[in-house]
Amino acid sequence: MTNAVAPTPTPTPTPVRAESFDKLRTGSVEATSALRQAQDERDNFSLASSAGSSVAHESARAQVQGAVRYVDDIPELQGTLHAAPVMSRVAHGRIRSLGFSAALSMPGVRGIVNAQDIPGDPIFAAFGRDEPIFANEMVQYVGNVLALVVADDVVIARRAARLVQADIEALPAILTTQEAMAQNHFVLPPVHVARGDAQAALQIAPHRLQGSLSVGGQEHFYLEGQVAYAQPQEMGQWLILSSTQHPGEVQHWVSHALGLNLHDVRVETRRMGGGFGGKETQAGHLAVWSALAALKFGAPVKLRLDRDDDFMITGKRHPFDCDYEVGFDDSGLLSGLKVTMRVNCGFSADLSGPVADRAIFHLDNAYFLEHVAISSYRLKTHTQSHTAFRGFGGPQGMIVIETIMGDIARHLKIDALQVRRINLYDAAEATTGVLNGVRSELISLTSSSATKLNEINSALTPFKTEHANQLARNTTHYGMKVEDNILHPLLSKLEHSTQYTRRRETINTWNTQQKHFKRGISITPVKFGISFTATLFNQAGALVHVYTDGSVQINHGGTEMGQGLHTKVAQIVAHELGIPFELVRATASDTSKIPNASATAASAGTDLNGRAAQFAARSVRDKLAAYVSGLDQCGAGAISFKNGEVISPTQSREWKTVVGMAYANRIQLWSDGFYATPKIHYDKATLTGRPFYYFAYGAACTEIIIDTRTGESRILKVDILHDAGRSINPAIDIGQIEGAFVQGMGWLTTEQLVWNAQGTLTTHAPSTYKIPATGCIPEHFNVELWGEANREDNVFGSKAVGEPPFMLAISVWEAYRDAIFSAGGDLSRLNAPCTTENVLRCLRELS
Amino acid sequence: MIAGYTPACMLLKVLVSYPAGMDIKPLRFLHRGQALELKNVPPTRTLLQLIREDLHLTGTKEGCNEGDCGACVVMLREPGDAHCKAVNSCIRFAHSIEGQELITVEDVSTGGQLHPAQEALVQCHGSQCGFCTPGFVMSMVALHENSRLSGEVIDRAAAQVALSGNLCRCTGYRPILDAAVKMQSLSKDEHSAQVIRRPDAQKAYKISDELATGAYLLPTQLSELLFLRSQHPKAQIVAGCTDVGLWVNKGHQEFAQVLDITRVAELRRIERHDQDQDQNLDGAHHIAIGAAVTLHEAYSALVKDRPQLKTFSERFAGLSIRNSGTLGGNVANGSPIGDSMPLLIALRASVVLMSVRANQQWSREMPLEKLYTGYRKNVIEADEILAWIKVPLPVANEFSRIYKISKRFDDDISAVCVAVSAERDGDTIKALSIGAGGVAATPMRAIKTEALCAYSMPASGLFSSIKTSLQAEFQPISDMRASSAYRRELLSALVDRFESDWRGEKLVSLESWESLAEVLA
Repeated sequence: MTNAVAPTPTPTPTPVRAESFDKLRTGSVEATSALRQAQDERDNFSLASSAGSSVAHESARAQVQGAVRYVDDIPELQGTLHAAPVMSRVAHGRIRSLGFSAALSMPGVRGIVNAQDIPGDPIFAAFGRDEPIFANEMVQYVGNVLALVVADDVVIARRAARLVQADIEALPAILTTQEAMAQNHFVLPPVHVARGDAQAALQIAPHRLQGSLSVGGQEHFYLEGQVAYAQPQEMGQWLILSSTQHPGEVQHWVSHALGLNLHDVRVETRRMGGGFGGKETQAGHLAVWSALAALKFGAPVKLRLDRDDDFMITGKRHPFDCDYEVGFDDSGLLSGLKVTMRVNCGFSADLSGPVADRAIFHLDNAYFLEHVAISSYRLKTHTQSHTAFRGFGGPQGMIVIETIMGDIARHLKIDALQVRRINLYDAAEATTGVLNGVRSELISLTSSSATKLNEINSALTPFKTEHANQLARNTTHYGMKVEDNILHPLLSKLEHSTQYTRRRETINTWNTQQKHFKRGISITPVKFGISFTATLFNQAGALVHVYTDGSVQINHGGTEMGQGLHTKVAQIVAHELGIPFELVRATASDTSKIPNASATAASAGTDLNGRAAQFAARSVRDKLAAYVSGLDQCGAGAISFKNGEVISPTQSREWKTVVGMAYANRIQLWSDGFYATPKIHYDKATLTGRPFYYFAYGAACTEIIIDTRTGESRILKVDILHDAGRSINPAIDIGQIEGAFVQGMGWLTTEQLVWNAQGTLTTHAPSTYKIPATGCIPEHFNVELWGEANREDNVFGSKAVGEPPFMLAISVWEAYRDAIFSAGGDLSRLNAPCTTENVLRCLRELS
Repeated sequence: MIAGYTPACMLLKVLVSYPAGMDIKPLRFLHRGQALELKNVPPTRTLLQLIREDLHLTGTKEGCNEGDCGACVVMLREPGDAHCKAVNSCIRFAHSIEGQELITVEDVSTGGQLHPAQEALVQCHGSQCGFCTPGFVMSMVALHENSRLSGEVIDRAAAQVALSGNLCRCTGYRPILDAAVKMQSLSKDEHSAQVIRRPDAQKAYKISDELATGAYLLPTQLSELLFLRSQHPKAQIVAGCTDVGLWVNKGHQEFAQVLDITRVAELRRIERHDQDQDQNLDGAHHIAIGAAVTLHEAYSALVKDRPQLKTFSERFAGLSIRNSGTLGGNVANGSPIGDSMPLLIALRASVVLMSVRANQQWSREMPLEKLYTGYRKNVIEADEILAWIKVPLPVANEFSRIYKISKRFDDDISAVCVAVSAERDGDTIKALSIGAGGVAATPMRAIKTEALCAYSMPASGLFSSIKTSLQAEFQPISDMRASSAYRRELLSALVDRFESDWRGEKLVSLESWESLAEVLA
């Protein structure tokens, strides 16, 4: 194979770079501001209103006073009973008998609940239909729930649960991906994705590297553990109070297990004390169990897991074992890549299919993979069933290619940022500098803002085509065109602001002078696809209620887990109605208000629900505008809503006054809104299409130091430049970025899940499982937003921000590899996380 | 005495979970300026259960139920003392607050006016999901109020130490640390004084003598404690309860009777013996730390004499645990991975056990390492109390260091902990003592290795034999914290680090941010 790829389109790492950077940046700013202006008018946004400002989280004042309620804080109904799980202590085995007599004889114990008490399907309504609600004949992991004990008090229930005698015949357990591979032990069939001819490309590549990498899982460690409170209602109906990211799925699971119609089960979630993906499916288990107990005993039942039990029972981030083989030229440009991913899914499928798919989608991260072959094996092991976790497979895919980028640079003895840069996808048009002038000019020439974008786009079409022909490095291995890549200027800006090159040199010098300490530095980019890859989930609904006093209540299908979704949606609605943020109140997510809502996941909460709420608010606004236009004899389009006033060409009225008048004139003061993400489609059979509406970008520069005698380390400095589009709430977005980065940093440094030889998770509490603490955070921790509006038509021009910054932490990983390499370590031995021991293993023979 | 709440549900709980026959004295404490009296509180009911389930104050959260996450942090104040102690309520028994003032997150704002700690958290966007927030608020309020008393300015380092026992999974901490640094600027004296009610001295009461009987024994004098121990050898002794709390919450152990030593006046003291007649087992001057002295106070005293221990002292659990847990408890508990023992062994500390036998007070003293006979086993008799820990004062030429290796620097348990104390004469080591944790079933003195230095020896030649010897002396196990091979390697690496310290190298470890100032510049 010859290298048919066009020469690198990006600036080369010479002084020229600074110049071209400036050009790019200026171009981008111009285009951005013009686009913004157009969008402002189109969306009737005024910058003085609440969207775009850093208002505090809608619950913040109550949170700091301990005055908000999580499920366990809701006053209990009279007669409430408490359940506790009985767990298997065997990883794989056949249940011979369960002895309940000791547990039942404990004062305060009401009884047990097991598979015989399930009126509906004894299998959870999970996608794979492969998880028994209670382990019936077989146990499949240590922690597998066999039954529940129900008692007057939660402590009694937990104590009694430990008295249940489980006689289980132990069978050989499969605990590693290697064992599972050897025995073809899958939860789902393998998936192979290929483009071009990776094998041929590898064969003729000037350079080739092989490697393997084990990446550990991660416990969510939401501060609020899993909890559900099932309350039987009249006429066979149910109210489930659940700490869940997906009330609709809880509703589905409960009705399925109870043999009811969906309309008989109402699920309510006001807020979660953290979710991170861990309450997407896993909350369903708790809800079903508590409902079955409530059914059996005819009483409200609360099931709140003790932290250790939560660790033992619920799924985590998928551990991955990967092998790779990569071919590249002297400049570090990739030519061929083969990757095998062995995904430890645990005992059931859960969300492992889409998680493993997303790892495939994001194997490229930001880079064009011309000839690539990926094999993904979804392996069944006798451990917890691994599940969604912020990034959803993305991190596990990206870390492979970033490791490869670093390895190539070390192999060629060139800077890793340079290797990363030349492998990037083509820059989006507005950042190439070529089209900016044209675009700006067109914007300035066009007067009518409503048609501006269309005109611009049609005017640009010939340029676009020409551009595409010139530079073909813009299509992902799943056939999606990358049209919005801003990483070229973004990386340049970060490189300059962090003085990367100078620091690189300083560190190299410092390292040669130090015997026992080495520093490392790395910049890594992120490109993360936004949308559920299952296209059907990309829909949302919302309700906006305006009351006669002018106050507004909103409800939408999303859930609040701390990410500020309710705050942002309230800001959007306040913005649309031109009223103060304080007049808008978000209410609990409730399956009886918005039916069939998707999980609050995939970072898409605001994109989907914010847009649906925007449409609902616009619908109310349009009704009010029509009414006022009738009063003032003008067109409805001439009515504006700003600063708490409704303004016509002839008169300004207070919002509240208009609402009162409209009510008296029988105008509908509430509305629904519905949104379905446009443009996306994905063919599961061919694994191609446009699964993502757009990409979110970012980059981080991390510097670390290691102690080569002990393997200890410190993260010294972190600088982040992240693309949240045009931010609806910069403080909240920065909070998401920082929080995600630190969570990712924990995944790659101190958070280590350890299963022993019997398959028991031995790190099952914060005493043994160490998430980052206050002392882990460097004082030098800067986050900046890349303020350019989303190139796709997304609410307020914003971009999703929940997950993408998690993967900025891969810069931590690469900084470790840099430091270990400087210390002469053997990087092939490094597996994530970089615990003190794992670091030292690269530097010493530990036998 | 005002009977504030007597929840009916509690009577039920007593019936089902508590053996009949043992007399439960009412629990009395101050809350919101009132003296409350609660009846029938079982001896092992936790303070968090009391707060959430009996007082129905659900602002305080249960995150982990083992004292590691800090969502349950509340503040306590002792009568007549304005200092606030932030403590983990989840692993503390409710009765332990007898006579003290309880302050929860609901109590620090008044009439919608937030405490500066709360206001700062709102302004800095320091709460996301909000579940850890009440615990952070309480740690911050304690820091704020104590800083007000001391006149100290809160900087980032102080904030970090004060929040070392609080975990947050959402924010990444930056806004929380910002808020902690900012809160003093939002503070108005009258506001704080109003918000945090001072305990009313009239309502503070002495612990009555009747608490020397019943299910929760709370003696106030040493003689009384020793007598009660002789009478109730099966009662579970607790001090800060930072480990026993886990036996109850996680191990589901039940204790019919609890003997709480934290109110024994003598044992709350740190005595300094620096006169000639005050000599320890080794004939050295010493400080005697009573078994009821908290880790925070004990380490403050140790750091005063040996400033090099400061960072280590701050890495021992989080502040809220150090405010509850005691040095005596850490020692008596004898965990092989407890961090105090390697240090105390290296410093040649001794322990004093006391008892009453035939109406006569007995005591015996022994080197700390002689206390232990096996994994969590010791020589303490059923009627004995570990009363004092005697730590020799540093001699002029002492060169001592302690090194701890853990996955996370702060609030983590050691994989290996090594403490070395040498008597230094130029480049000669005249005497050597080494304590090690995480390498055997008990905290250990490295007797064989110490013997290498029976005579004064030049340090330069000695270190490599110390390394080899230490590695040969212990056979550490593998567990979730570290493999045996890594632990063995650390024994050598930490001697190597000691050598660097000995030579006065500038950068020796990464444990303190201060030591990294040059790198960060």
